[in-house]
Amino acid sequence: MTNQFPITVTVNGVRYERTVEPRLLLVDFIRHELSLTGTHVGCEHGVCGTCTVLFDGQPVRSCLMFAVQANGHEIRTVEGLGTMDKLHPLQEAFRETHALQCGFCTPGFLMTLVPFLEENPKLSEGEIRQALAGNLCRCTGYQHIIDAVKLASDKMGVKP
Amino acid sequence: MKPAPFDYYAPTSVEQALDHVAQLGYDAKILAGGQSLIPTMNFRLAQPSALIDLNNIPELFYIRPSDDGGLLIGAMTRQSTLERDPLIAERAPLVRAAMPYIAHPQIRTRGTFGGSIAHADPSAELPAVTVALGARYRVRNKAGERWIAAEEFFVSLFTTLLQPDELLVEIALPPMPPRSGWSFQEVARQSGAYGLVGVAARVTLDDTPSGRRCRQARVAFLSAGERPMLAQHAAKTLIGQAPTAEAIRAAAEAAAKDDVDPSSDIHASADYRRHLVKVLAARALTEAFQRANI
Repeated sequence: MTNQFPITVTVNGVRYERTVEPRLLLVDFIRHELSLTGTHVGCEHGVCGTCTVLFDGQPVRSCLMFAVQANGHEIRTVEGLGTMDKLHPLQEAFRETHALQCGFCTPGFLMTLVPFLEENPKLSEGEIRQALAGNLCRCTGYQHIIDAVKLASDKMGVKP
Repeated sequence: MKPAPFDYYAPTSVEQALDHVAQLGYDAKILAGGQSLIPTMNFRLAQPSALIDLNNIPELFYIRPSDDGGLLIGAMTRQSTLERDPLIAERAPLVRAAMPYIAHPQIRTRGTFGGSIAHADPSAELPAVTVALGARYRVRNKAGERWIAAEEFFVSLFTTLLQPDELLVEIALPPMPPRSGWSFQEVARQSGAYGLVGVAARVTLDDTPSGRRCRQARVAFLSAGERPMLAQHAAKTLIGQAPTAEAIRAAAEAAAKDDVDPSSDIHASADYRRHLVKVLAARALTEAFQRANI
């Protein structure tokens, strides 16, 4: 028996009411129901990080949650970070340090980093690398991503 | 691949959850953090006909001091909460030390203490930590509740003493005895990857007329057998001894020889795992005894 469950989810500040099967993954709900395709599907088993979104402000793997679990909660995706005219300082930093090539991993890195930078303004390279261990990139070799994090923490005007 | 269809229940109290568990038994899986369950469902390695979601039961999320100086922790407490909690830092530093080794930050946002225990992955950190600490688990069903000692709870791979009508609801951590030290060590190829071998250790010293002697040594290995391996032989070599480098070396060798049963897989051979047991036991005991001496 497959039920249909009504859910209410706030995504990037917008309230959505939808009806979903329990087995619908949160990442597929975001991409197919809401047409927010900035969040990506990579591995479907929780190691690559391309599906990372903010759930009540904290980074989660949206491929390891069901849409029904988001009922009553708040989600932020990469579309809610900035616009082409007004990029988030982190997005600007990624552009300046050439921290993306194909861009597939980038939304996941950004959503992991937003709360991370808020909680940890000044970090060593080792700590940055550990914080990003849950996000894989096949193009860049990570060095420019690390540079972007350092640049962003300066841009975000955080005091040492 | 996407998960197979299932019935979904979202109880808002432990009583409601126990009703579902009693009715559904083995047909249902419990959904706690989902960070181990959902990957298996995404690949259809697991196809439970029903999920009982515990995430909407506020009474299962807490960290409380207990009267004996230890802690009582609700089974659904998030790993990210444990990582940041001041009571954990103060009364259970071994738990805090293990947290960065548990997968990745995004997983710890959802993963739970009780979920890790009930899932009983031999490579998991929290089962080994709770065995080293001598923790106890409170388990409930419709008829009542019982307490199970951590070191008895784990039977085999992904197999515990939990019955199909039971829920793990609470973890009780005892207080750290005076003159105790602790250490957590793990070797993995990448940060957050499954540990090839890991160890959680707690040691306690006595002041005797002839100097400091080891009173107790609880050393539990992960990824060195089908469940957390508590090193009884290593402990025997240490009790009553001064914690010298020589005593630690002998204990580490005993652990590697007699206290573990590692297997070979694509990540490491059994021989290499035994070698890691010896190396990490020595490191953990050295660090733990140093902390105990402060």
